Amino acid sequence: MPNERSHSSINPLLALEWMGRRSLVYIEETGQGVILLSKVLRGILKRPFPIRLTMQQMEEIGFRSLPVVLITAVFTGAVLALQTYSGFKRFGAEGLVGTVVALSMTRELGPVLASIMVAGRVGSAMAAELGTMRVTEQIDALITLATDPVHYLVVPRFVASFIMLPFLVIFADLIGIIGGYVVAVSILGTSSTTYVNRTLQYLEFNDITVGLIKAAVFGMIIALVGCHMGFYTSGGAEGVGRATTRAVVGASILILISNYFLTALMF
Amino acid sequence: MDRVPKIRVRDLKKAFGDKVVLDGVNLDVWPEESVVVIGGSGVGKSVLIKCIIGILSPDEGTIEIDGRPITGLDAREMDNVRKRFGMLFQYAALFDSLKVWENVGFAHIQHSKMKEEQIRDISEEKLRMVGLPGIQDLMPSELSGGMRKRVGLARAIAIEPEIIFYDEPTTGLDPIRADTINDLIIELREELGVASITITHDMVSAYKIADRIAMLYRGKIISEGTPDEIRGSDNPYVQQFIHGKSQGPITDELGE
Repeated sequence: MPNERSHSSINPLLALEWMGRRSLVYIEETGQGVILLSKVLRGILKRPFPIRLTMQQMEEIGFRSLPVVLITAVFTGAVLALQTYSGFKRFGAEGLVGTVVALSMTRELGPVLASIMVAGRVGSAMAAELGTMRVTEQIDALITLATDPVHYLVVPRFVASFIMLPFLVIFADLIGIIGGYVVAVSILGTSSTTYVNRTLQYLEFNDITVGLIKAAVFGMIIALVGCHMGFYTSGGAEGVGRATTRAVVGASILILISNYFLTALMF
Repeated sequence: MDRVPKIRVRDLKKAFGDKVVLDGVNLDVWPEESVVVIGGSGVGKSVLIKCIIGILSPDEGTIEIDGRPITGLDAREMDNVRKRFGMLFQYAALFDSLKVWENVGFAHIQHSKMKEEQIRDISEEKLRMVGLPGIQDLMPSELSGGMRKRVGLARAIAIEPEIIFYDEPTTGLDPIRADTINDLIIELREELGVASITITHDMVSAYKIADRIAMLYRGKIISEGTPDEIRGSDNPYVQQFIHGKSQGPITDELGE
């Protein structure tokens, strides 16, 4: 404690300067991100649309992320059932375990956890691939071949991510609920009909669609942050490493923050 | 001369933050002429090429192609200008995820409605020109450094450019492979009649492929002339550079 005080009394200005500089970096990056987003949105309208590249990305982002997302979902549903059961038993509401699992999965945990897993898997890959292309001048080569790198590289990833995240979340919701069911019915001894009835009774269609809208937004965030970090990479292999880390951290944080506001807005 | 130069660069300036890289560059390249820009590492040779090709936008100055200014063109117009350019990058910058023929035929795949067969034929023809027939279906990662450069060259000439930019074409190659590249550059100029700008610090290569050599130093062209004129230049900066001496005005100024 005394150490800390002496440290801060020596350098209050330095600390302030550091904070100021960091803030400038964030503001600059936000600006760049918004510019990239506007280029991407314009790029989507530009013909011909890069269909083949988008399909490739859809396979990569959607199909190949499925195992990771499903494992995450099944254990999340399962642990939710365990926790809810032990809590709800205290006031005799064990019957509602199914409801809690279903609502939590569809409204929050399905979209958020699936997206964070995809950010780790796909956002990092986007940053690494585009970052490597940047530092080895492949992005410059695209420009000299009269090809807009945003249209060729970012648009397919953005569109694929936007489309595939909701699909992944549908599976995550379903598998999460099944995970909860298995735990509740086979381990905790809830009756199968109670679980299913209580799930269907309280789950509204709206819970699912709002979760899917969130997923689409998170999909855009993952692709935009991943591509942005890759696109503006500098400093060789080290720079690529840094871009990859920042893509995952940045996307995850933005997902969590925007999740709050989306929830506040839509429910 | 009242001919119109292929490329005319006037008072080109470019700075990154406080660091002035180009400080008023003037350069003309005439049709079918091979101009070599020499200069030490980090004097802005690459920046010069990237400004002309529109990867970077200059802060001040003008660039004309065939007498038509290209600074300030919008993206689509600039892309049309770029279709008349070819560029060989220092490390070839082949697209890792595409096969050799897709790399060479990239511009055709993107900008024409040709069938795959046709594009493969064009790509094979260009690969034959650089002495690499029959490697269409390899991936770039399967090629050696020298082969990558030649594939990069095939890609640069695939859409029959009027101007080719070579960024350090011989760097990183052994002297024999480097000379093969020099021969190719000369051959291509004779066969295709293209104008070119080459940036290099390899003087052997510069003497061999240049019609004219220009030395870039501290953001300006400080001397230019035929290879013989450069060889006999009495400019102490040029003398230090072309003879690769560690003592002289360039290193003296660096030390201050």
